[in-house]
Amino acid sequence: MSPELGHFALALAVAFAFAQAILPLWGAWRRDARLMQAAPAIAIGQLVALGTAYAALVWAAVTDDFSVLNVAENSHTLKPLIYKISGSWGNHEGSILLWCLILAMCGGAVAVFGRALPASLRARVIGVLGLSACGFELFALLESNPFARLWPAPVDGRDMNPLLQDPGLAFHPPLLYVGYVGFAIPFAFAIAALLEGRVDAAWGRWVRPWTLAAWCCLTGGIALGSWWSYYELGWGGFWFWDPVENASLLPWLTGTALLHSAIVVEKREALKVWTILLAIGTFSLSLSGTFLVRSGILNSVHSFASDPSRGVFILGLLALVIGGSLLLFALRASLLSSSGLFAPVSREGALVLNNILLCSIAAVVMTGTIYPLFADLLFGAKISVGPPFFNATVLPLAVPVFIAMSLGPALSWKRADLGAAVLRLWWVAVAAVAAGLFALIGMQALPALAFGAAVWIILGAIGEVVERIRLFRVPVAASAARFAGLPRGSFGTTLAHAGMGVTIAGIAGMSLAQESITLTKPGEGVPLAGYVFTLVDLHDAPGPNYASRVADLRVTRDGAPVALLSPSRRTFPVQKMTTTEAAIHTTGFSDLYAVLGDERDGAAVLRLHYNPLAPWIWFGALIMAAGGGISLADRRLRVGAPMRARASAAAKA
Amino acid sequence: MRRRLLLLAPLGAAALAGAGFLAMLRRMRTGRFDPRGVPTMLLGKPVPIFALPGFALPGFASAGFASVDLAGADLAGGRPILLNFFASWCAPCVAENPRLMALHEAGIPLWGIAYKDRPDATAAFLGRHGNPFTRIGRDDAGLTAIDFGVTGVPETFLIDASGVVRWHLSGPLTQEAADEAASMLRQYA
Repeated sequence: MSPELGHFALALAVAFAFAQAILPLWGAWRRDARLMQAAPAIAIGQLVALGTAYAALVWAAVTDDFSVLNVAENSHTLKPLIYKISGSWGNHEGSILLWCLILAMCGGAVAVFGRALPASLRARVIGVLGLSACGFELFALLESNPFARLWPAPVDGRDMNPLLQDPGLAFHPPLLYVGYVGFAIPFAFAIAALLEGRVDAAWGRWVRPWTLAAWCCLTGGIALGSWWSYYELGWGGFWFWDPVENASLLPWLTGTALLHSAIVVEKREALKVWTILLAIGTFSLSLSGTFLVRSGILNSVHSFASDPSRGVFILGLLALVIGGSLLLFALRASLLSSSGLFAPVSREGALVLNNILLCSIAAVVMTGTIYPLFADLLFGAKISVGPPFFNATVLPLAVPVFIAMSLGPALSWKRADLGAAVLRLWWVAVAAVAAGLFALIGMQALPALAFGAAVWIILGAIGEVVERIRLFRVPVAASAARFAGLPRGSFGTTLAHAGMGVTIAGIAGMSLAQESITLTKPGEGVPLAGYVFTLVDLHDAPGPNYASRVADLRVTRDGAPVALLSPSRRTFPVQKMTTTEAAIHTTGFSDLYAVLGDERDGAAVLRLHYNPLAPWIWFGALIMAAGGGISLADRRLRVGAPMRARASAAAKA
Repeated sequence: MRRRLLLLAPLGAAALAGAGFLAMLRRMRTGRFDPRGVPTMLLGKPVPIFALPGFALPGFASAGFASVDLAGADLAGGRPILLNFFASWCAPCVAENPRLMALHEAGIPLWGIAYKDRPDATAAFLGRHGNPFTRIGRDDAGLTAIDFGVTGVPETFLIDASGVVRWHLSGPLTQEAADEAASMLRQYA
């Protein structure tokens, strides 16, 4: 497979993208059934072409074809195979191509799974996806060609940034990109709805699974990235309110809001205009996040590929996609009328509150992220906005979200009795307050509050199921039958909410972390949080494309052995870089975390952390994503299931 | 009407943000906007007082000055000057050298300060890549660089006729930044 074949496939994909943009939209406009019918085939054609292009790039990386500039700059013969593959998206050109491939997959997914959609809606959704693909594939082809040749070919490549040579980060970008780009589908549905001038319950039902799938991947992707920075950067932190992290958090926040407002559209045909705006906004934030990082405007520890000269092209693309969709929104949104009315205290009201709060958090995070840039631009003032700002502003908004997370699902649609809902959750409230008060002994107010919130959310989520199956109020067998009959979607909600609670508990635990930085000679022991870390030995160890210096630590508690930790420093000769490899021993309830620093006079600088509940942060995110996955498996949500059932019923009649 | 305005609000907000980002990108290319950079505290202030031993290559033009040595007072010599901190061991300095050479050939007065460098290495560096500087001071200990608030080489300062810092770029000189520097020089001439 030659790079030229990949280059040709990329050009072919651009042609397909233009066809996918023009023919179905034109067909839907002119009500031409044949053009509308062509949409799925074109989308799949585009997917095949881009898949071929991407395969060619991976092939060039795997076979060490250093005549390809991209491979020569980012790979090395000695690099392990997995990083040769992951290296294909670990740089600017490759990641743009991956981005395009995932967008094509979205088109392919709608083509394959969207058979039950009305023909004009499906044609428009696929058309809008094609329209967005045009610009970004043109960008890949014209401005950042991953297949550019280098002649004469160097004997060996320049290797990849060693920080990226890590299994966690190898799969972080694809997952994150599926999350980011996945929101293109709700976006396309929103644009299609604006073009059709109609949003109804069925629209809400179609949009929700796509949103949910993208949300799950984004949740997983963010968690994986945060986990990577926890163990690879070796700072012992997990979230730094860094612009790039914020750029991924913003679409997550608005995406979470979208997930909830789409429920209101589906069940009650209300909040239509708002839901459309959220769908556009979420994808716009995904786009701006990915691309502002590329342009080098956002300054971050996480961006490994930035170039301001590409920025203008990218900004032009963003202006077309975001500006065009918001213009369409301004022109057409007034056509959408809401029919569902509801009282402020109701399930809808709770979901509106959720939306307001999540979007406020998003607004605050966005302000903190881009205000320094604008302050610099407008007033020439250099300011830096850091964790204190975000902690102080996000927390007051997050607390009501936490309270509403357990109360909301207990309210009924249209009009609810808040007092009755609170009464039903009395035991949850008692447990949460008790946990908070118990935690207050020996720790500060904030972690105690967070532990209380975690208990409130986890038990509240469980309580919702207990309430639904009427446990202890009807015979156990009846409860079991009710349990079996519960729709998977409600388990999904329970799991996702409980997962959030677990994550909050983890974050609260992390705030109680203890650390110790010492200069230690072999044989010496360092006490920390009831454990004793003894430095046994310092030695060198070879690696495939690096040399490492390893410290062997024995951890004991009251004399009994707990774990052996081997933190190391890796030196990569090709890139002339050193990375720290933290050693982590986890019990599930706490992490023992050790980092090896510099050495002097036979002694080594050791940084030791005791991080209580740290693994819960990512475990909770995993539960959230799993909850989303279970919801996706709900029969009611499976795309077009009601339509199919109706169609088969009609066929029988 | 109010509803219309409300529906237009997202577009307006996005347009404003977009315009801001465009301005940032434009200025990043000319070096006037640098989100990573630490601004120099010297902007609009006179250059610090310093005296450095000069660096003399054979055939070096030190005519018109009392010695080859470089002092702060020399910078307030009645004409604007570009002052460049460089080092033979710095890769971005190699990258920006062709643009410095072009400025030199265009007749723009360029002075250099060799930062934490050995004289033989500096001579070899200038011999290999070309010498754009009319005068060079040797800051072997890097103390003058501290006075200038230099965060890393290369860094370029534009100093006006009265010795006041007017423009600053940390990092290698891009073509856009070189054009910007040249036009600023004409402005202060």
